[in-house]
Amino acid sequence: MAKQWVVRQRGWSFSVARSALVSLAWLALITLLVVLASLMSGDTLFSPTALRDAVFAPADSPERFIVETLRLPRTLMAAMVGAALALSGLILQSMIRNPLASPDIIGITSGASAAAVAFLSFFVGWGMAWLPWFAMVGAAIAAWAIYALAWCQGVTPMRLILVGIGVSAAMGAVTTLLISMSSTATSITAYIWLTGSVYGADWQDVYALVPWLLTGVILSACLARRINAQELGDSLATGLGVSVQRLRLVLLGVSVLLAAPAVAYAGAVGFVGLIAPHIARRLVSRSFALLLPATVMIGANLMMLADLMGRTLFQPLDIPAGVFVSAIGAPFFIYLLYRQRF
Amino acid sequence: MLIPNQASGRRVGLLLLSVWVLLVSFISSVAFGQYAVPLSSVWQSVWHYDPHSIDHVILHTIRLSRAVVATVVGAALAVSGVLMQTLTRNPLASPAIFGVNAGAVFFIVLFTQCFAVSALSDYLWIAFLGAALAGALVYGLGSMGHDGLSPVRMVLAGAAITAMFVAFTQGLLVIGQEGLDSVLFWIAGSVSGRELESVLPVIPYVALGLGVALWLSPHINILLSGDDIAKGLGQNTVLLKVALSILIIGLAGASVAMAGNIGFIGLVIPHMARAWVGHDHKWLLPLSALWGASLLLLSDLISRFVWLPQEVPIGVITALIGTPFFIYLARKGHQHG
Repeated sequence: MAKQWVVRQRGWSFSVARSALVSLAWLALITLLVVLASLMSGDTLFSPTALRDAVFAPADSPERFIVETLRLPRTLMAAMVGAALALSGLILQSMIRNPLASPDIIGITSGASAAAVAFLSFFVGWGMAWLPWFAMVGAAIAAWAIYALAWCQGVTPMRLILVGIGVSAAMGAVTTLLISMSSTATSITAYIWLTGSVYGADWQDVYALVPWLLTGVILSACLARRINAQELGDSLATGLGVSVQRLRLVLLGVSVLLAAPAVAYAGAVGFVGLIAPHIARRLVSRSFALLLPATVMIGANLMMLADLMGRTLFQPLDIPAGVFVSAIGAPFFIYLLYRQRF
Repeated sequence: MLIPNQASGRRVGLLLLSVWVLLVSFISSVAFGQYAVPLSSVWQSVWHYDPHSIDHVILHTIRLSRAVVATVVGAALAVSGVLMQTLTRNPLASPAIFGVNAGAVFFIVLFTQCFAVSALSDYLWIAFLGAALAGALVYGLGSMGHDGLSPVRMVLAGAAITAMFVAFTQGLLVIGQEGLDSVLFWIAGSVSGRELESVLPVIPYVALGLGVALWLSPHINILLSGDDIAKGLGQNTVLLKVALSILIIGLAGASVAMAGNIGFIGLVIPHMARAWVGHDHKWLLPLSALWGASLLLLSDLISRFVWLPQEVPIGVITALIGTPFFIYLARKGHQHG
């Protein structure tokens, strides 16, 4: 039996296995290393000491420019996008009680994609700054449609996911329609966007994404206790005093809140939301409060590594990170399914 | 069964009516378009082909091959949908939902990009490979749980496998952008742009598949009553299931090779046909084939007029017709689940 640490306060208590804490510490260390590796590599390689020198170099030196203006925002962006998508996937998997749910499977991402491609085809004259807003509205509309269409005296997880797959297919058809109708240049831009990339991320994007991510993380941390109860089944959760239907609506809302901005800024990255929670579940126990930090860190690492591979392996080509996320994610996902026999 | 009773009389009538609808759809598909050809000229071009008449040239080079492809693909997809729904006992099963189409598309894109394959006969085998791989993955993943084949789990596994193959396809297309434009329209599904000569060799395979399916229909009916009963009646269920899987994958793969990713025909048509003739596959299969062909011909006709002067990919039309139906089925089947 693993040793447990228990924190008791008035009104709440929390117990955590020491092995889980060790796993989290390792994850944090790995995340730090990946961030450093991501800052060091690229067109010009920095050694660790060179990186330190670059950070403390004068503000107008090229080294500092590379690290501070080019690589750091891109790395942070990748980390945050990965974290947000992974957490969104974890929430959806807990809500639907099925390990195959994720924002890209149940249609939230495809709603954002359809809206973004519509923007690229018709409203691109407004300026690219509007793209994220279109994507977010698209994701919200898709999520609302899924919820409304699955409603029939309450929402059951199974109906939610089946309707989600249907909505996803419809949105996919709209996306395909728009891409094949628009000019070649637009369709190539749209296609790269659909694959997902953090290419050209700057500090403005980072600042724009931070509030969404923080809100999402805090909200889901507050809901952790209820999510755990909800996972036990509807009747048990109701018995424990959880309003199941309301919780489901809130959880869907939080997962959209996390996924939509991430997709809006980085494009339709798939698989992070699907596999990060699986890896987290193998490292720490099934308690949501522990899964949350683990999932967030794993998602961030996956996305940072994919971006790192995308911009270093095929130089001078900059391959969208989404390609590598799928390349790592898909086989891993099949392996997980095989092992887990869900 | 030789004595015609009232029920089978009604079915024969329905079948004849469907044949008539198919004929009308076929002729409209040949005659109507952005360049309308008068029916008299259609009639003439069949019997007295005149290579100097614009009408006749358009009919022979563009319209006819389109109509033939739509007919064959529609029939193949609908029959493969019927067989899939029977084999998996899942009302939501269809080649597009289960990732079979996506697998075939990925393999074709992979081979065209890496090995410069372009002949339709090669496409056929490549699509077959991709469809088989995707189908095996989904069937394996969906049936591996504690309680055997669960309908929802299979749909989910299908969605995940579709996502995987779509992501791979996107990756390939982003890396090699040269052929993007031509491939995109085809990924969205299209019955145009195939020469009649290149399509004709595929038709015997599809016809063979449909024939074998029809020949197996008494056995499929027995399988429908459950594995145990079928075994008890002396049926080799494993052999039959393998045969059905090969048929499904072959028919779906052939249609992807010819017309790209056209979804939802295999989902919608079997349900409609079942509502009319019930579960007897002897009637269900031919009726589905006829209706699938008619629906695809009509969708193709619609696709020419929706977004003038361009043509909308036919896969988009079928998806927009099919998804409301899918959602309706999902709601109906999981009212209490």
